Amino acid sequence: MTNAIFTGLMLGGMYALIAMGLTLQYGVARIMNLSYGEFLVAAAFASYWLFTGWALNPLLGLALVIPAGFGVSLLLYRVLLTPLVRRARTRGALEVDSILATFGMMFIVQGIMLSMFGGAYFSYSFLAIPVSLFGEILALNRLIAFGLAVAVGLALYLALTRTRLGTSIRAVAVDPMAAQLVAIDVLRTSAFAFALGGALVAAAGVLISMFLTFSASSGVIFTMKALIVVVMGGVGNLLGCLVAGLALGLSESLVATFVDPGLTLAVNFALFLGVLLVKPAGLFGRAQR
Amino acid sequence: MTAAASTVLEIKGLVRAFGGLVAVNALDMTVRSGEIVGLLGPNGSGKTTALNLVSGVLRPDSGAIHFAGHDIAGMATHRIARLGLGRTFQLVRVLDGMNCAENVRAGLAFHPARLARSEMDVAAIRLLERVGLKDADQRLATELTYIDRKRLELARALALKPRLLLLDEWLAGLNPSELLIGIALIRSLKDEGLSILLVEHVMDAIRSLCDRCVVMNSGRKIAEGTPDEVLSDPAVIEAYLGAVADA
Amino acid sequence: MSAMRLAAALASCAGLTVLALLPMYVDAYYLALAIGLLQFTVLATAWGLFSGPTRYVSLATTAFFGVGAYTVAVLGELLSWPLVLLIATVIGALMAVIVGLSTLRLSGLHFVIFTFGLAELIRQLVIWYEVNKTRVLGRYVFVDITQKDIYWQLLVLAVAVFVIGWLIARSRLGFALRIIGEDETVAKHCGINVTVAKVTLFTISAVFMTLVGAIMAPRWTYIEPSIAFNATISFEVVIMALLGGAHRLWGPALGAIPLTLLFEFLAARFPTASTLIMGVIFLLIVYALPAGVVGLWDNFRRQWRPQRTGQGVKA
Repeated sequence: MTNAIFTGLMLGGMYALIAMGLTLQYGVARIMNLSYGEFLVAAAFASYWLFTGWALNPLLGLALVIPAGFGVSLLLYRVLLTPLVRRARTRGALEVDSILATFGMMFIVQGIMLSMFGGAYFSYSFLAIPVSLFGEILALNRLIAFGLAVAVGLALYLALTRTRLGTSIRAVAVDPMAAQLVAIDVLRTSAFAFALGGALVAAAGVLISMFLTFSASSGVIFTMKALIVVVMGGVGNLLGCLVAGLALGLSESLVATFVDPGLTLAVNFALFLGVLLVKPAGLFGRAQR
Repeated sequence: MTAAASTVLEIKGLVRAFGGLVAVNALDMTVRSGEIVGLLGPNGSGKTTALNLVSGVLRPDSGAIHFAGHDIAGMATHRIARLGLGRTFQLVRVLDGMNCAENVRAGLAFHPARLARSEMDVAAIRLLERVGLKDADQRLATELTYIDRKRLELARALALKPRLLLLDEWLAGLNPSELLIGIALIRSLKDEGLSILLVEHVMDAIRSLCDRCVVMNSGRKIAEGTPDEVLSDPAVIEAYLGAVADA
Repeated sequence: MSAMRLAAALASCAGLTVLALLPMYVDAYYLALAIGLLQFTVLATAWGLFSGPTRYVSLATTAFFGVGAYTVAVLGELLSWPLVLLIATVIGALMAVIVGLSTLRLSGLHFVIFTFGLAELIRQLVIWYEVNKTRVLGRYVFVDITQKDIYWQLLVLAVAVFVIGWLIARSRLGFALRIIGEDETVAKHCGINVTVAKVTLFTISAVFMTLVGAIMAPRWTYIEPSIAFNATISFEVVIMALLGGAHRLWGPALGAIPLTLLFEFLAARFPTASTLIMGVIFLLIVYALPAGVVGLWDNFRRQWRPQRTGQGVKA
């Protein structure tokens, strides 16, 4: 039981980290990025490549992969997504356009990874040392990943609430029109938020590659989970991400332990639908007038 | 004729809150048959929320809304519409991808009293003429001017054969000559016996059209009476202009 | 006009006759290709029936297709073929009603997310059931259905989807959905029960997808969840319908035919490139052809028409 809860909490922490980047991209930049999981897997491959090819410690690799994630996302937003934002007449039109455009990105990134690495599963062994905590045996790499996930989440929360840029990001998330009126450059702030989301997903990809096996086509399942967490927690809400992520991780691990590992996705969906039917705006979302 | 028998809409103790903000608070009002009632108040006083509660866009937290012999509080919008409630919107909403005749047919086609296709075409053209859009039936809604879009929206609302028409700032944004046309149009609807509840800021229109007015401020009703009575009411003046005591 | 209608009717009768006789004259390779073309034409057209007017992007195609295929895998040997198809129809419709009622009230985005995972969810449930209850993963489909039979059944289904689509477009339901696609709030205020309208059309569309899956099932002889619930089909159908133009009945077919041929070609020559190409086509649709091939045609007609009337005024 304790083990299931531990595993669930650590899994949930990772889900929360994964979802934070998406909630920034969707909540602030208004782009529903369905290629999100592909970028996570791409970061995992980058980390794999650095570790096996250059013997670079993944934790140091973060210093390379995170800026790369930021840069690539910024470029994508500028080149591919800004035209869509500009031409969209309604929020619904932008939604459909961004769904389709990011599906395109999803297949392109996936296709590139397939041609580079093939369809096989990859993993590498880094700090796979058992440690004992509260009488339970846990892998050190998972523990470090969880610790870093918490640190990143905390840093992001502080940055958004304590800095000027963070405040303008939150302002755009709440009301882009009003943000414009107080001299916030909405398009630039959106681009920055989107890129920040890209940096977060890159970090998550590296951390996950330390203890999970991954393949070129496993991005979709990460996108799914991130989406479920974001929508459940309330779009654009970091605290919601944390709570929903933990809830998802816990429920998965409890079901896998006590019911059947084959039913985890069913539980995800039940949770997701249950929350939406009761609170359509998500746990911490604000109801629309 | 008793007063109760000729009441079209009766609202009692209507409440709706958004989080901590009570947008409509214990509102009572009635619209009698053949009457134009104005719903006034400064911006943010809860007028549009009240209309949304009546047309079923929002569910009330408490209170009763009686319309055409039914308690419609919390009823689905489409069912209220079928009972004979037509409405226009603060930001004009027409179906841009369709032509004018189709826009009006949208209001005709789902009415409980079903019309044959040919009857519907005739009715649509007649309604367009009624609001001043003669020969516009094949024009795309996007090609229309602002006042014509408002006319088209009105024709769609009239297509429901409404027992009550809700007009949410239908006259807003019209220039002075258009305003006269608009006022005449609404008055002609009243002359046909239609009951109308309108939210409006244009004072000329209120004075010349409304039989009675209800004034809201911060969700509450602060005055009721003829246009002249309520517009000279100190509470109403204060609500619109702020306190005059220190002026 | 009526002469043109008659000509069109005659042409389509002649076309149908040619299509119906096709299996007698082509070899197995071309028959398989024709089956693929019909399969995607029906799937994309059925997708457009619902997603065209409502603008909901549905990724549930695979879920219904797979349920149809699995129904045949389970019941194919036990019951007569028409009865199996009937049961597939009922199951597909039930599933569509349940999914529709629980998700179509939500925003378009939540709908995409849900359908995105629906196929995966059902696949997991089927695997779970097979592993725990029947203790075998994968089933053999032994039914007495030839490739030609599959072709003819799909052809009938294709005719049905076009006829029903045509009827819907002329019905109150079709009109209601066009209004909902334009402005849902207005639709409600016109007295339209938007939930019933959307769920009805979603169900009709889903039944066609389920039937395609059921009819195609005998092609495999061996079915397991990863074959029946192959998520790629959902995405392929979306880009086919959008490339053709989902707001017209015959639009999706215009995308389905060239893309089926393209994917067939790619699968044979460059199996690894098909994912990449699919991505490129998605971007092409968004940036170059937002209204599909049909949209190009509409633009062309619109530009051509005013010029003529303009000249008429001058003369």
